[in-house]
Amino acid sequence: MGWLLVNGMSVALNGEKSLLEVVRNAGVDLPTLCYHPELSLHGACRLCMVEVEGRGVVAACHTPPESGMVVNTNSAVLRRLRKIALELLLSRHDRECTSCLRSGHCSLQDLSNRFGVSDLRFKQERSEHLPIDRSSILVRDPNKCILCGECVRMCGEIQGIGVYGFAHRGAKMQVTTAFQQDLANTDCVHCGQCAAICPTGALTIKPQVDQAWRALNDPTKTVVFQVAPAVRVSLGEEFGMTPGESTMGQLISALRTLGADKVFDTAFAADLTVLEETEEFLERVSSGERLPQFTSCCPAWVKYAEQFYPEFLPHLSSCRSPQQMMGSLIKKFYAKRLEKGPEDIYMISVMPCTAKKFEASREEFTTDGVPDVDLVLTTQELARMIKEAGIDYVNLPETPPDRPFGFVTGAGVIFGVTGGVSEAVLRLGYERITQSELEDVVFEDVRGYSGMRKWEVDLGGQSLTLGVVHGLANAKAVLDDLKAGKVHFDLIEVMACPGGCIGGAGQPISNVSRKVRQERGAGLYHDDVVTAVHKSQQNPDVLEIYEEWLTAPGSHTAHEALHTTYRERGSLWNGRAGVGSKA
Amino acid sequence: MIKSRQDILEIQKSYGQALEKAKARLVVCAGPGCVASGSLLVYEALVQELKDRNLYTTVDCLLEAEDEHDGMLAVSSGCQGFCQLGPLVRIEPEGILYTKVKADGDDIAEIVDAVEVRAVVTHLCYHEPHTQKIVSKEEEIPFYKHQTRVALANCGHVDPQDIRSYIHRGGYQGLANALELTPAEVVERVLEANLRGRGGGGFPAGRKWAIAAAQESDQKYMICNGDEGDPGAFMDRSIMEGDPHSVIEGMLIAGYAIGASEGYIYVRAEYPLAVQRLRQTIKEATDHGLLGANILGSGFSFTIRVKEGAGAFVCGEESALIASIEGDRGMSRPKPPFPAQSGLWGKPTVINNVETLANVPQILTKGVKWFRSIGTPESPGTKTFALTGEVENTGLIEVPMGQTLEDIVFTIGGGIRDGRKLKGVQIGGPSGGCLTESHRDISVDFDSLKKVGAMMGSGGLVVMDENTCVVEVARFFMNFIQNESCGKCTFCREGTLQMLQILQRIVDGHGTLEDLDLLVEVGEAVQLGSLCGLGKSAPNPVLSTLANFRDEYISHVVDKRCPSGVCHNLRRLVISEEKCRSCWLCVKVCPVNAISGSRKEPYKINQEKCIKCDACLSVCKFGAIEEVY
Repeated sequence: MGWLLVNGMSVALNGEKSLLEVVRNAGVDLPTLCYHPELSLHGACRLCMVEVEGRGVVAACHTPPESGMVVNTNSAVLRRLRKIALELLLSRHDRECTSCLRSGHCSLQDLSNRFGVSDLRFKQERSEHLPIDRSSILVRDPNKCILCGECVRMCGEIQGIGVYGFAHRGAKMQVTTAFQQDLANTDCVHCGQCAAICPTGALTIKPQVDQAWRALNDPTKTVVFQVAPAVRVSLGEEFGMTPGESTMGQLISALRTLGADKVFDTAFAADLTVLEETEEFLERVSSGERLPQFTSCCPAWVKYAEQFYPEFLPHLSSCRSPQQMMGSLIKKFYAKRLEKGPEDIYMISVMPCTAKKFEASREEFTTDGVPDVDLVLTTQELARMIKEAGIDYVNLPETPPDRPFGFVTGAGVIFGVTGGVSEAVLRLGYERITQSELEDVVFEDVRGYSGMRKWEVDLGGQSLTLGVVHGLANAKAVLDDLKAGKVHFDLIEVMACPGGCIGGAGQPISNVSRKVRQERGAGLYHDDVVTAVHKSQQNPDVLEIYEEWLTAPGSHTAHEALHTTYRERGSLWNGRAGVGSKA
Repeated sequence: MIKSRQDILEIQKSYGQALEKAKARLVVCAGPGCVASGSLLVYEALVQELKDRNLYTTVDCLLEAEDEHDGMLAVSSGCQGFCQLGPLVRIEPEGILYTKVKADGDDIAEIVDAVEVRAVVTHLCYHEPHTQKIVSKEEEIPFYKHQTRVALANCGHVDPQDIRSYIHRGGYQGLANALELTPAEVVERVLEANLRGRGGGGFPAGRKWAIAAAQESDQKYMICNGDEGDPGAFMDRSIMEGDPHSVIEGMLIAGYAIGASEGYIYVRAEYPLAVQRLRQTIKEATDHGLLGANILGSGFSFTIRVKEGAGAFVCGEESALIASIEGDRGMSRPKPPFPAQSGLWGKPTVINNVETLANVPQILTKGVKWFRSIGTPESPGTKTFALTGEVENTGLIEVPMGQTLEDIVFTIGGGIRDGRKLKGVQIGGPSGGCLTESHRDISVDFDSLKKVGAMMGSGGLVVMDENTCVVEVARFFMNFIQNESCGKCTFCREGTLQMLQILQRIVDGHGTLEDLDLLVEVGEAVQLGSLCGLGKSAPNPVLSTLANFRDEYISHVVDKRCPSGVCHNLRRLVISEEKCRSCWLCVKVCPVNAISGSRKEPYKINQEKCIKCDACLSVCKFGAIEEVY
């Protein structure tokens, strides 16, 4: 493939698409604010400029590498250009860093420090302070927007929705929504990936930490926590640990230190989901109706389907998500055991996800005015509480979760990574269909990170076609193919976020990195290996709940407590009235 | 239907014969300038007058007529160029040009009277401003005499609404010639002619064609860029309105050369007449078999669609133009890939400007050698300009490349108005630069202009006299750029804003010497770092004025004076000792108590305190308050 010179050092070309990749692979961290390897090229920030002999100054991100190029990344001209570019970006930026949620995780702040931008020669003349949109679970502050367009491309290209676009020209340009509506009045599905990829504090998750403290300080409330699988392999990152390092034990100790009365594991509810969803699937397979079945654990996906593909709603599994199954168990069953009313219990979920906040507020999940889940905190928010409380997270002793909703299997834990739900269902489905014990619980084919995976599995003569997609644009492609009759599936797992829940927008900020996602995923698979039980159907506490309360998977009681319904919503796309994000 | 070269020649001949039968052809200019001064009314009045006198005829009547008769043709043409003196009416075959013709009054009757007896209405003819000598023939008027018309050869002559009129002047013979060559040979001719892009950059059109021709693709596109956006420029508009078939023919030849079967004309919606004419022309060409399948029996098929732009300056930039056609926001995209490799909908696409395309049929008709005999070796051919500003003769002109500024401003333009002094020339619009009086002898071609920090641009040419403030000119263009930047890249969006704010400070009297250095530093960064041509050329007006008129900037920031007397906030209000009657009125209205004095003594304005609100100026009954620059 050839060679080129980067700062006098010879570098081999290995099929890189851009000079930027080559230079970074060569160990030179060229700055960028608008480049993301998973999105289309934008070429707007102009920070990755390099000098190429014979061509002068070019932007490395959109210059294809050629053998024999002589590249300089650090000339006087380039240093001056970068500094001016940063000064210009800062000239109208809201620089209230001290009170910004993204302080410390802000690419603009990092680069300003790195390039020693200390003397801003441009007067700060933002003529008007643009209104901040707090209508949704995300906060959009255009005064902090550097117009890199990452949210625009993330929502349009990865999620296939396109809530954001550019409007106006020159310095009046803004990233905004259609008709400049509040986020709550758009097609947003609350996946939060725009906030995850935003390099500054222009898009953040609306903090609800204060509500958590209020509940914890309220002596009349029994505060019950549940922790989603993906949180255990990412929370440590906030405390300097490597992504994928499982810290469930410390996490539970931290919650107890913060004042939690009970701490349960959402993976338990995931085990319950496996039993319910597999039962439902097997029924549909035998009747041949409403196939393919779509998973329904991901609230962003559910809202997406409700908005854009209502014709597929009957195909969605009617199972509530694990978060809501746990909420139901706690408020309808466990409360009685504690001899309390559901309103006396304050249920807090710790989720890797922003859409879970929306899900908890859906009216389907409120019984007699009492929500099943009172508050959803993201991994980021819990980290903030732990830091506020001054807890030395890394050195906390490990403690186990409370019973009965604390015993989990590996099948429940891998729900947090793309393909995990399918694999967990297969571990049960295999045994149900073949009537024999599954020896090797690992389904390699299901694992991996390509956006759309399809494979056929032969279960004792019964051939099933399974699909796993993550990223809603990939889901859209599958749905369109299904509509056109081009493909056949029996079961399709959909997760809105790239990588599944481990890549959720509530996770510690990594600016959407494939590497970090895969490390977190490896952490969950490792947890599966070290967990004693690998099949949901072997979770003794789950079986006990059925005996004591739910009777059997798919029973009337189970349906009342663990299943739900969906509704068609309007969207800007199909022109139906009632566009909105009302829960 | 036109199916062969023979059919074209037939039409040319019969139309020519028909014209010869008429007593005269009265061509009323319906270019933008003349329309603005009422030429459409002139045309209507003329038609009415001819009808009243039973002299009115049409080409179709003439075609059927046996021999010569008294009938006269009235035609509304595209821009004839001399906008300053419009409405213009030219009498053919004599070539007499009448200026400032009025629809009401006796002008029309006098003209028709004169045509009947082959006389001249002298008071409507051009008068040399200095000698008052009457020049009746268009070609002898200095404004026209020193021009060379290639792209505008037909503009102002043909009837843009009649394909036969275009064919009569040799139209579609370039296409016929091209279709007898291989596409590669056509590319080769345009390369040899070294036809460079007239839209501003001067990139050789043949090179673009060659790259696109070399791409393997099931579909390629040919786009005509008619998004002329420079303030005050109307060259492309004039061609699209006045000679639309030349654009169509140029696109056909280009499409054939690169292997495209579909073309788009991107034209701004603010040019409604151009849009209407182009649509009508496409229909006319299609009806005659010159667009559609198997053109002239060659097997080559080509269709053209008109796409109206919403009037964003940046859409003149290739990648933004493509985005706009695709239905996206008009915003520049990173290059490479270049459009010739991957353009409209990812297919190889050539984008040429209107004027470039209007040259193409001529090259294919008259030959490469002829084309290269005009202009300079590196910039062959001609360039059109919209000549405006403080010259005697403003209008649409076309000159051979390599002509000097002196020729353009003094010979064609007739020099500076009212005998004032030339200060400089702003060439190339918002992307161009300001040249000084000392650049009088510079050769106007792509490379020479670039060397001195200016740019051919699409052809705006604003002549400035000593009453023009170059700082204000720079601020004006920077304001334009800031409004028209697509906003995508950091340098263009934020850099030009900062430059504008600095310039605003300077004209407001708050500038410093450090500001001048900062302007240069930011300007150079914007030039180097911007994503597209708009940003890369945006600082030119500022940097060139800073280089060529630094003294004037220094007057603004150090002395707080505007030597040209333009910058309002740099005036000083002073009280004339002779005129002041110490009436107290100004003291009473001054909101900042800047005026002081005692009875019977002339008052004084404290310049430190004065906010230049002009309150004193408006109340003084004796005209004692004076503005001093």
